[in-house]
Amino acid sequence: MKSGAKRWLTIVIVLIAIVSAFSGHFNRYYLGIGIDIGINIILAVSLNLIMGHTGQFSLGHAGFMAVGSYTAASFTIACAKHAPESAAPFLLLGGLIIGGLMAAICGLAVGVPTLRLRGDYLAIVTLGFGEIIRVIFQNMEAVGAASGLTGIPNYTNFFWAWAAAAITIYVVTSLVNSTYGRGFIAVHDDEVAASAMGINPTRYKVTAFVVGAFFAGIAGGLYAHHKTVLAPTGFDFMKSFEIVVMVILGGMGRTVGVIIAAILLTVLPEMLRPVAEYRMIIYSLLIIIIMMARPQGLFTLKRSKGANA
Amino acid sequence: MSTPLLQLDKVTIRFGGLMAVSTLDFQVQENDLVGLIGPNGAGKTTVFNLITGVYQPTEGTIQFAGSPTANRKPHQLTKVGIARTFQNIRLFASLSVFDNVRAAMQVHRSHGVRQALWRGKAYQAAEKEVNDRVMELLEIFKLGRLRDEDAKNLPYGDQRRLEIVRALATQPKLLLLDEPAAGMNPTEKAELAGLIRSIKERFKIAVLLVEHDMQLVMNLCERITVLDYGVKIAEGTPTEIKRHPKVIEAYLGEEQPA
Repeated sequence: MKSGAKRWLTIVIVLIAIVSAFSGHFNRYYLGIGIDIGINIILAVSLNLIMGHTGQFSLGHAGFMAVGSYTAASFTIACAKHAPESAAPFLLLGGLIIGGLMAAICGLAVGVPTLRLRGDYLAIVTLGFGEIIRVIFQNMEAVGAASGLTGIPNYTNFFWAWAAAAITIYVVTSLVNSTYGRGFIAVHDDEVAASAMGINPTRYKVTAFVVGAFFAGIAGGLYAHHKTVLAPTGFDFMKSFEIVVMVILGGMGRTVGVIIAAILLTVLPEMLRPVAEYRMIIYSLLIIIIMMARPQGLFTLKRSKGANA
Repeated sequence: MSTPLLQLDKVTIRFGGLMAVSTLDFQVQENDLVGLIGPNGAGKTTVFNLITGVYQPTEGTIQFAGSPTANRKPHQLTKVGIARTFQNIRLFASLSVFDNVRAAMQVHRSHGVRQALWRGKAYQAAEKEVNDRVMELLEIFKLGRLRDEDAKNLPYGDQRRLEIVRALATQPKLLLLDEPAAGMNPTEKAELAGLIRSIKERFKIAVLLVEHDMQLVMNLCERITVLDYGVKIAEGTPTEIKRHPKVIEAYLGEEQPA
């Protein structure tokens, strides 16, 4: 258990920076998909903390993402007028963090009163929350209401998306693999036994929700500055389902599997573009087939043991 | 006599119209080995749930180490020194043997989210200390070689033992064992009796044992309390209990007048 994890994170981020420096030479279409993949990894890995590790079925992840994206976009739009071009990375970073924090506050607000609910009941409540968020944005004139928020500066590049993804993976795995973090899985396995072992289930569930929501907010901010246009309909429950499918397909609580599933489910619809109108049918069929062939998840190595992440 | 480690004072709990436990007085001294027995449905497990804070008594008070346990949650009571096992084993099924014990070590640690993310020197040292402690405990109970096995894959007897190790990892002053011999054969039961005795000696803790198996309790415990329909019907040494007419009646039924 050397402190290797932090060094790895640094190395990975440097590599991402190098790749990103040459991103001008890449095909813009592929680059766009690459950024989408990074964002989806953040969403899936953060939901995996809530759903896979802690066992709280949440259908509100798109809601947290929406909070993050609208907050971050409003921030950069407001600031970009007064700031020089070179300040862009700082504006984005500021927007992401503020968006993440807003989403985390929402996570806390949803988490505290509802986490006594279990399973299906929690799923329905979080689904309701996600819809409330969407409807609020749909009616908020300041952020463009139903016609959406436009004119968001295009700040997100390959570096930001993938560096944020690397940080998300680092945070979630470091947390879960620590002695403290084994409590998340303990709560998932048996809440009664967990509390008899001195683990406070409510505390852990709220922590998972807040951390998960924070990163969903970051992903939302990146998404906003990648697409440069936000429509409230993009954050409906279908989006939440999409993230849930990534987690289930990857294998609940299996970080590597979830990452692979996030990549696969981002690339697959793009690869199926040639078949046009059959696209979504084939996409859904493939998900059904994968689920039937590997109900335990795509990639189920044994969960990492010990403290070495 | 000093203040008892655990003291139940006229504890009553009702579930709707059902009086599950009624005005129960009961004590456990430090480093005591006490048995709680009774026929099915006598309220033994309910007493456990009252002591560990799963239920709150309708009337009466429970004191642990001199302070009342009222309104404290199970995880808070674990922190002050009450640990338990469950009648139907409740391990963390998807965690390894090692991690089952490790998860229980967190209760006395201050390292949380921040340290886990920063991974500083102090954190690394603390994590290593936890690892060493866990391995030490596992070795004592001969579970060391199974450390990476998922808890759900262990044989039954090992699962029971692991549950006890996990409870001990919280460094309790009082260990509650809920029918630890359930489903064991005579050899395993004999082993278990030795194990419980050695835990008491080695860790210097009090053990409260709920058990069906009369022989085990009679062999092991210094004092026994007998419950029937939520009421204490007898209390005393094993020899006294064996002869107690009310106990015989509760277990065997009343003798019909000829």
